[in-house]
Amino acid sequence: MTALLDIADVSKWFPAGAGPGAWARLKRRLSGGVEKLPKVYAVDDVSFAIAKGETVGLVGESGCGKSTLVRALTRLIDVSQGSVKLGSRELALKPARVFARDRDRARIQMVFQDAGESVNPRFTAFAAIADPLRRLRKLRGNALKERVETVAGQCGLPLQLLSRFPHQLSGGQRARVGIARAIAVEPDLLVLDEPTAALDVSVQVVVLQLLQRLKKELGMSYLFVSHDLSVVRLLCDRVLVMYLGKIVEAGPAAKVFEHPLHPYTQALVAAVPRLHETASRLRLTGEPRSPIDPDPNACRFYGRCPHGVDACKTTMPALDAFGDRQVACHFAESFLPQPRIAS
Amino acid sequence: MTPAPALSVEGLSVEFRTRSGAVRALENVSFRVAKGETVALVGESGSGKSVTAYAVMGILDPAGRVTAGRAMLGDLDLLAATPKELANVRGRKIAMIFQNPRTALNPIRPVGRQIADVLICHGNVSRRAAPAQAVEMLRAVGITDPARRAKAYPFEMSGGMCQRVMIAIALAAKPTLLIADEPTTGLDVTTQAVIMDLINDLAKELGMATIFITHDLALAGQRSARIVVMHAGHVVENAPTADLFANPRHPYTAELIAATPDSAASLDELAAIAGSLPDLRRADLPPCRYSERCPRKIAACAQPLPLAAPDAAHFVACWNPLPAQVVVAPTVSAA
Amino acid sequence: MTDLAASPRQESSLTALVRHSRYVLGENPVTGFAFALFVLIVLAAVFGPHIVPYDPLASDTSEALKPPSLQHWFGTDQLGRDVFSRVVVATRLDFFIAVASVALVFLMGGLAGVAAGFFGGWTDRIVGRIADTIMAFPLFVLAMGIVAALGNTVQNIVLATAIVNFPLYARIARAEANIRREAGFVEAARLSGNSDWRILTFQILPNVFPILVVQMSLTMGYAILNAAGLSFIGLGVRPPTPEWGIMVAEGAQFIVSGEWWNAFFPGAALMVAVFCFNLLGDGLRDMVDPRRRT
Repeated sequence: MTALLDIADVSKWFPAGAGPGAWARLKRRLSGGVEKLPKVYAVDDVSFAIAKGETVGLVGESGCGKSTLVRALTRLIDVSQGSVKLGSRELALKPARVFARDRDRARIQMVFQDAGESVNPRFTAFAAIADPLRRLRKLRGNALKERVETVAGQCGLPLQLLSRFPHQLSGGQRARVGIARAIAVEPDLLVLDEPTAALDVSVQVVVLQLLQRLKKELGMSYLFVSHDLSVVRLLCDRVLVMYLGKIVEAGPAAKVFEHPLHPYTQALVAAVPRLHETASRLRLTGEPRSPIDPDPNACRFYGRCPHGVDACKTTMPALDAFGDRQVACHFAESFLPQPRIAS
Repeated sequence: MTPAPALSVEGLSVEFRTRSGAVRALENVSFRVAKGETVALVGESGSGKSVTAYAVMGILDPAGRVTAGRAMLGDLDLLAATPKELANVRGRKIAMIFQNPRTALNPIRPVGRQIADVLICHGNVSRRAAPAQAVEMLRAVGITDPARRAKAYPFEMSGGMCQRVMIAIALAAKPTLLIADEPTTGLDVTTQAVIMDLINDLAKELGMATIFITHDLALAGQRSARIVVMHAGHVVENAPTADLFANPRHPYTAELIAATPDSAASLDELAAIAGSLPDLRRADLPPCRYSERCPRKIAACAQPLPLAAPDAAHFVACWNPLPAQVVVAPTVSAA
Repeated sequence: MTDLAASPRQESSLTALVRHSRYVLGENPVTGFAFALFVLIVLAAVFGPHIVPYDPLASDTSEALKPPSLQHWFGTDQLGRDVFSRVVVATRLDFFIAVASVALVFLMGGLAGVAAGFFGGWTDRIVGRIADTIMAFPLFVLAMGIVAALGNTVQNIVLATAIVNFPLYARIARAEANIRREAGFVEAARLSGNSDWRILTFQILPNVFPILVVQMSLTMGYAILNAAGLSFIGLGVRPPTPEWGIMVAEGAQFIVSGEWWNAFFPGAALMVAVFCFNLLGDGLRDMVDPRRRT
């Protein structure tokens, strides 16, 4: 398998707070002083690859930078540094607003969390699905109509619903419109940003099964962003766990959930409600560290980690490989399954 | 039933007046919550679980009207109580936690003061002692450095911390009944676990009855002794948690369990629920509102639903339920 | 299809709007009343000069300062002109000034505000400063200054009225565009290959437009008052053109001597028009507000 998308050392930071005004900046520039402004490290030095046909899950709590990361790699926003390679082509150098009209724009598409909010309330379902086809495929007239109807059919959206506005559709139908719009231009990589978070469990099943079927039929790769681990476990081949802008664990989904190695993943897995198990008592205490100018030499999880020692405060653990898994923790080895289990 | 129920809802029916006709949002909803017990109301959106809570609290939307039923809190029927009686009971005896803690808190008042306000109003605490006690309450809900946090405004706190503050406010007057309406929706799973621990522990400590409203069946299973499953304004099944999971008898409950992602090893094993909620404005709603989606529909479904015996251990509103099985051993212990 | 049954009946947006408007009118008869008044004003503006019983400019000194009667419903003025005819004919000019100035500020303020809200940065700062500068003046004094400086013409009254309303439109449009700037559908449009300008025109504007239309109705009343006010102090339309502001100004000197009708009827017309536009604005807000829809 060759990598479809390969991102290396990607960081994205935002200025923290209001910052100095234009006049103050001008004065500083004239006086030649260079002052470092406080920055929010939303995504900090993240690397991973997605193979063709692979489904990768990205999990983490709100504010951990997963939204920023997917917006950077779908080229909706610019990265602060690092490389985003689609096949052999480097995309990070192209500004986001120029990339909107790029020939490769169609290759990365995205399904948004709240389909009710991501379809313009003044657009019909047809207009919403037709928009990318008009702009990126230059389809018009009958060809456009045919394509929209084909895609709607693939997504199980009855054709008579195409003339409706979002508020006239049910949650499940809106989700289908969002998916149809994203796959209309036949992307290679589909980023799914919590596509079922707003749906009831019975509708969620239908949408998840639709996504799995589409992936088989169209041969896409998925990057599935979710906070719902039980859904990620069902849909994904591989999973990345993010904490405060960094990837702390990566590996095959089944293994990560069966036997999490990073203490954060352990707490995350323990917190997932299970139908037939009592609640485990492994809990995180304290509040996450501030993402504003974090200490580059301290583990981001230090302070909430039940295993933290002084070394964690002075050395940032690297994302080290353990077989087919990667973990960023000084104690990862001690959490590895005992040899008798790993047969 | 050994302990006297803290709250007993009997035959509650609620209608909403809308432009396109009356929505029969609740019909004949009955359940009991014993002292110190946690009962979960579980259902998908539109099932009427929140409406039930709002009706009991007397905070229904003006378009909503209770058409029948009683909600007995001790000797007081909450549905027939005067506004004055209700105001007296709310906050002192019943408290509620809402889904979005940040909007439920006053944005321009430090959280410590907000807790103190409630203490002074309901808790018979003197104006002078209230601030110190507010700090104690923040400590009790597990906020680190409570003295400093008491001076913080809601926007300076995370969602999880705001929910802790809400809990502190709700519990300020040591109510006998706590209604938690999706208290962890929108929070991260790690925070959800901590908040649910907190609610469970405090309920146990204060001997509070708790109504826990959620759409997450797995979470309800872990956190409550009894589950009331709702569908389209009806209680379809009401059973002890272990019993319900081991032996769901209503077809809807069984399908809901089968649709929960945690229940399956692969996506193909998950089963969707056919059909959707019926339009509750329809004049020709069948007696069983699930019958049009139901795979086990029989001729008998056209007659009125079986009524709940108020103290039945396992109630199912169905004429053709799944067969009862002998439960070997309860696998889920109530929290 | 599992989720087909719960979806609402199919209808086009137009029939939905008509149905909803009927509902709003039924629910709130005041809006219906305002709407009827509005139709009356438009009719007077369009057909006024053709239906009035007298020539609004024809003076007849033998008939000067007659109180209201069957011949002259609103009486006559100091030159013996029929006040009723003058009030009706004046509708066209006053209505035109209001419509033109509101249309102008809708274009200027709306576009500048939407651009400011969407692009932020320098565009936002420039539009913001212009709005702040205008707001720093007492608005009526500013309008007076503009007309005095540019000259006493109808075009300049329209321009002055538009300029004093600019901050209001720019701010509303800016706020509405700004909250939609990060909306999911804007990101989706970007993924679909839309440039910033296309997003602004085809995604943001259609959503901001209805809100500004409501504002238009609300400012119409103010625009009419402003125009009449300018004329009242002699900085607007010149006599003998029939115009409500001038008529009130001219009639005011006769109130003391008991000839009240000269100032009363144009003043009442002004009041009814302002009243009508304000009520209509409230009604329109109910109609376009999606939260009041089901």
